[in-house]
Amino acid sequence: MTYYHSVRLDESKCRGCTNCIKRCPTQAIRVREGKARIHTNRCIDCGECIRVCENHAKRAESDGLDAIRAFRHRVALIAPSTFGQFRGEYSLGRLLGAFRVLGFHDVVEVAEGAEYASAAIRMAFGRYKGPRPLISSACPAVVRLIEVRFPSLLPQVVRVEAPVDVAAKLYRRRDQEALGLAREEIGIFFITPCPAKITAAKERKEAGQGEIDGCIAMADIYGPLRKALVAPDTPELPIRAGGLGLGWARSGGENQAIGAGELLAVDGIHNVAAVLEEIELGKLGDVDYLEANACIGGCVGGPLTVENPYVARVKIRRLAEKLGTSAIKPEIEAETEALEKEGFFTIPVPLTPRPSLVLDQDVKKAIDKANQIEETLAVLPGLDCGACGCPTCRVLAEDIVLGQASLTDCVIKLREELARMAGDLLNLAQKLPPAMGQEKKEES
Amino acid sequence: MVLHFEVRGGDFAAAGEASSRLKAVLRQLGLEANLIRRVAIATYEAEMNVVIHAYHGRIEARIAPAAVEVAVTDEGPGIPDIELAMQEGYSTAPEAIREMGFGAGMGLPNMKRCADELRVESQVGVGTSVYMRFSLPGTAKEDRGEDR
Repeated sequence: MTYYHSVRLDESKCRGCTNCIKRCPTQAIRVREGKARIHTNRCIDCGECIRVCENHAKRAESDGLDAIRAFRHRVALIAPSTFGQFRGEYSLGRLLGAFRVLGFHDVVEVAEGAEYASAAIRMAFGRYKGPRPLISSACPAVVRLIEVRFPSLLPQVVRVEAPVDVAAKLYRRRDQEALGLAREEIGIFFITPCPAKITAAKERKEAGQGEIDGCIAMADIYGPLRKALVAPDTPELPIRAGGLGLGWARSGGENQAIGAGELLAVDGIHNVAAVLEEIELGKLGDVDYLEANACIGGCVGGPLTVENPYVARVKIRRLAEKLGTSAIKPEIEAETEALEKEGFFTIPVPLTPRPSLVLDQDVKKAIDKANQIEETLAVLPGLDCGACGCPTCRVLAEDIVLGQASLTDCVIKLREELARMAGDLLNLAQKLPPAMGQEKKEES
Repeated sequence: MVLHFEVRGGDFAAAGEASSRLKAVLRQLGLEANLIRRVAIATYEAEMNVVIHAYHGRIEARIAPAAVEVAVTDEGPGIPDIELAMQEGYSTAPEAIREMGFGAGMGLPNMKRCADELRVESQVGVGTSVYMRFSLPGTAKEDRGEDR
């Protein structure tokens, strides 16, 4: 099975260094023939490689602003993190209005969807009886990480739609009818800080369960948006979301909005992996809920954002406080309860283990290979230098056993081999023909 | 295949590394997720027991297509009354360790819950050995998923 990925390599820019292979949380990248290759069945679209690549050779495939022209009525879904992207004084309503200037007819705040999602997650606690903690499904890169590396934790992933999907579904439900337009006449576009959201939206669409028609990278429309923000005729739109919804943009905001129970927040994909390791060992059973964001700082740290994530985080916190963070509006709580009863928040696509790390489908053969890996690893230098194109010696050992690399890919092993050959050559060179050999022996 | 790990008593910084490593190997073998979880949790508990109570220990994991066996042997104070130690909430961990969130008296009960077979042998003043057997799917005991 092949998976779609938004994260791509621009071959012309890749210089074949080893920065990305070292940072990848699923060890999905190898450097081969001077270019980074992404193993598509391991990649989780977290964008860690986009962030780390100094040559900007990794990018996320997204839609251009032109894509919206295919629809009669165009809707922009605005991620809460958008509000942390621009410096200077301007009103939030004006920022929403700027999207109108770019050609959108309606501007929808994902932050509002986040408030419904927060209430729905809180309700999910009550029904859940399995092992704790429940794990947030809001970050698609984390969900993918669990599918690839921690499949045993899949039953603990909360099956509540992410804010962006809640917002899109609510729009289809409330506004589509009011507009009197057919479904396909309305194009809903997510302005995304995140490559994993692009992948998730596309997969949902392909499964026939997607409400989002396209994703535009935040960084790609940053320029036009900044211009629109200061244009004289930019309209001022009303803000519907509260501070708790807006707060989802930063790490800890989701938990703050849920507001009840023993809540833990972790950010940064490597930190998330470490915490998931602990959960798999049965630790953290006293925690009710884990908010987990692949990006440091939360969505404001997304690879497709522009503003420094720390600056953005402070900005979000300040804006959220201004909008009010005491409680989610009672009418949203009530509506969530009603929607919840009809299954509105249930994610319609199943979570599937993607055990791409399995050595062989046959356990016996897999055990043989695992043994060979340990043997191979024992002769490798343990430098984890990356010169072979693999992130660590262990990964090289795995690739060798799986027939995707050879022992001499290791520069140290190659040198050892050369030294042995050079020794052999020297020995051969010193061997004299029998007629001369006798003399030499007498000399010595 | 057989894997060996050394565990040092009192080394909380490295505690859990052996269980994590074993878990990673089991994952590569494509074993059923629930089984991996049971092995990981039980091995982690046994590893922690060595770290908390003993001076030094060794973990030997034997992985075959039919079963995973984990033997944990330590040099330590031993367990005077194994039956008592098997009771939930019974703990001899010092106060300082309990304050760190360990030693809640759920170690052996958790191991028993996760493993299909558990044998504990101990000699006071010498050490303890724990043997656990986990059968591969088909024979596996249901995981009730309780945590410490």
